[in-house]
Amino acid sequence: MFRFIVRRLLQLIPTLFGLSILLFIWLHRLPGGPETAILGERGTPEMRAAIRRNLGLDEPILVQYARFLRRMIRLDLGTSTATKRAVTTEFLERFPGTVELTVMAMVIAVGIGIPLGYLAARRRGRLLDHASVGGSLIGICIPVFFLAYVLKAIFAENLHLFPSSGRQDPTLGATRVTNFFVLDGLMTREWDAAADALWHLVLPGLALASIPLAIIVRITRASVLEVLNEDFVRTAEAKGLTERTVRRRHVLRNAMLPVATSIGLLTGGLLSGAVLTETVFAYSGIGAFVAEAISQRDYPVLMGFIMIIAVVYVLVNLLVDLSYSVIDPRVRVR
Amino acid sequence: MTITAGKKREKLDRLAELAARNDEQGVSLWKEAFRRLRRNPAAVVGAIILALFVLVAVIGPFFVPYAPIDSIGIREGLVKSGQGIIPGPSGDHWLGFDHQGRDEFSRLIVGARQTLLVGVVSTLIGLAIGAFIGGVAGAAAGLGGRWGRWIDTTLMRFIDMLLAMPSLLLAVSIAALLGASLTTVMIAVGVVSVPVFARLLRGSMISQANSDYVLAATSLGVKRSRIALTHVVPNSIAPVIVQATLTLATAIIEAAALSFLGLGNPDSAIPEWGVMLADAQPYLGIRPALAIYPALGIIITALGFTLLGEAMREALDPKLRK
Repeated sequence: MFRFIVRRLLQLIPTLFGLSILLFIWLHRLPGGPETAILGERGTPEMRAAIRRNLGLDEPILVQYARFLRRMIRLDLGTSTATKRAVTTEFLERFPGTVELTVMAMVIAVGIGIPLGYLAARRRGRLLDHASVGGSLIGICIPVFFLAYVLKAIFAENLHLFPSSGRQDPTLGATRVTNFFVLDGLMTREWDAAADALWHLVLPGLALASIPLAIIVRITRASVLEVLNEDFVRTAEAKGLTERTVRRRHVLRNAMLPVATSIGLLTGGLLSGAVLTETVFAYSGIGAFVAEAISQRDYPVLMGFIMIIAVVYVLVNLLVDLSYSVIDPRVRVR
Repeated sequence: MTITAGKKREKLDRLAELAARNDEQGVSLWKEAFRRLRRNPAAVVGAIILALFVLVAVIGPFFVPYAPIDSIGIREGLVKSGQGIIPGPSGDHWLGFDHQGRDEFSRLIVGARQTLLVGVVSTLIGLAIGAFIGGVAGAAAGLGGRWGRWIDTTLMRFIDMLLAMPSLLLAVSIAALLGASLTTVMIAVGVVSVPVFARLLRGSMISQANSDYVLAATSLGVKRSRIALTHVVPNSIAPVIVQATLTLATAIIEAAALSFLGLGNPDSAIPEWGVMLADAQPYLGIRPALAIYPALGIIITALGFTLLGEAMREALDPKLRK
């Protein structure tokens, strides 16, 4: 197991290496070159020349790449042209918010999606099945940001059930420990602060969950249907096991493998969905920051975001691979 | 109990169908798939939606009552968006005006054409590049020996890297290189779908490479490149075509997201549903309908492509044949 994890982490290296080459090329191909990326569009020719010298843009391309790589390894992602602060600092501040939001979305998607997909498969061809298949089709086809606006308009602005923006009511004066607001509230026993932060997560979480939810419902349904046809299910039923046992130990467990795979593949999409959702709900996380960076052409921030997503994506998929061995001992890794 | 009963019923159905199929030997995969498609209500609904959409997109713009770029409402003093006055539907203007006093109905119709264009062009870009990479990798892996495996691995590593990149971000990086325009959106959305097409064609070709007809062709002395092009590719193309239908849906949605982030056509004179939806955001409080019309257009169209694509996949999948 340990060796497997190490091997997978080592596999991260060529991926990141390839990505760094792509990013390097990208940075150099930007309109105006890297100096524009760093200065923004307002630099004077003298400043440009100074930056070019500083960056060593007149040196051989391989030397430049080596320097770029060294900075990446030291996690030096440069300075945001919009806020003039280190990109790494900006990200670290906002990362907890986005993690909370994506975790919320995944909890909603998995918590509703798997039971719903399972029930749809059991009641194949009945109303619930048609409703969940139809609903998930529509879920895939609604643009995320439009859904976010609709949810906000209905549940926040008209019914006033949920807050319409932000991560927490600032008047609560909650104590900050980790910047994970829900976790902070629990750790400092400020229950109302934790509940308020959770409350702020519901609507953006729902909007962000729409596509993963739809996909998980469909995959669970298809996978359960396939397992229900297996011989071992018939055998289990024939030998008189209760329906409950068959359901849990035989059907669900075997049906979970493709679902786990899809959950891993969905994380990348969640992070880009966060860009749209956080913007609509003025939720201060990496997503809203990146949306701002896009409109400001803040290239160091964009580059850092791409790097982070690649790492998160590989790590989540590693977790998924590890979960296989829990779900299905047949694929247990050695 | 219900499971076993259901299984028995399925087995009987299968037997009946096998017997029936004996009568129609020689019916091609495509013909049979089409027959099954016609019997699937989801496919019919999807096809009708798409037929209407294409009809509106192709001939609609010739019949619109007003020019989609004409700020007629402002000229006639009916629209004052600054003061929050944007009139809704009336006899002359069926869906009212947009924030710049242009006839919303005409814009929606003309927007259908742009939306179709964005969807089709970006899917074709993705399909062309993806199928090329996937085809080369598949041919190399299936028929090519040691060098072939090396080519295949290299290409697929590259594709995996693209796949790991969230589509929106890939699109954003491309848009950063090319500047904001409708062409950028089409290229960006197209490139995003490259890895899917590449993986599909490669996987499908590799599974075909082991079939008997390839062995037969090889033993007859047909050249490898010829086998790949004339035998394997045509037999592997079905899942790619299905995927293209599904990609048309995501392409339209993704283009809307890019427009929302301000990477679409900066000149919103020529209407496109994604741009219209993005432009309507500041006026949601005054006239939410301005967002709802293009959004419904996008959702229904995407639904049409998805329904048809899913149905095609089912019809072509031998495992699901019943």
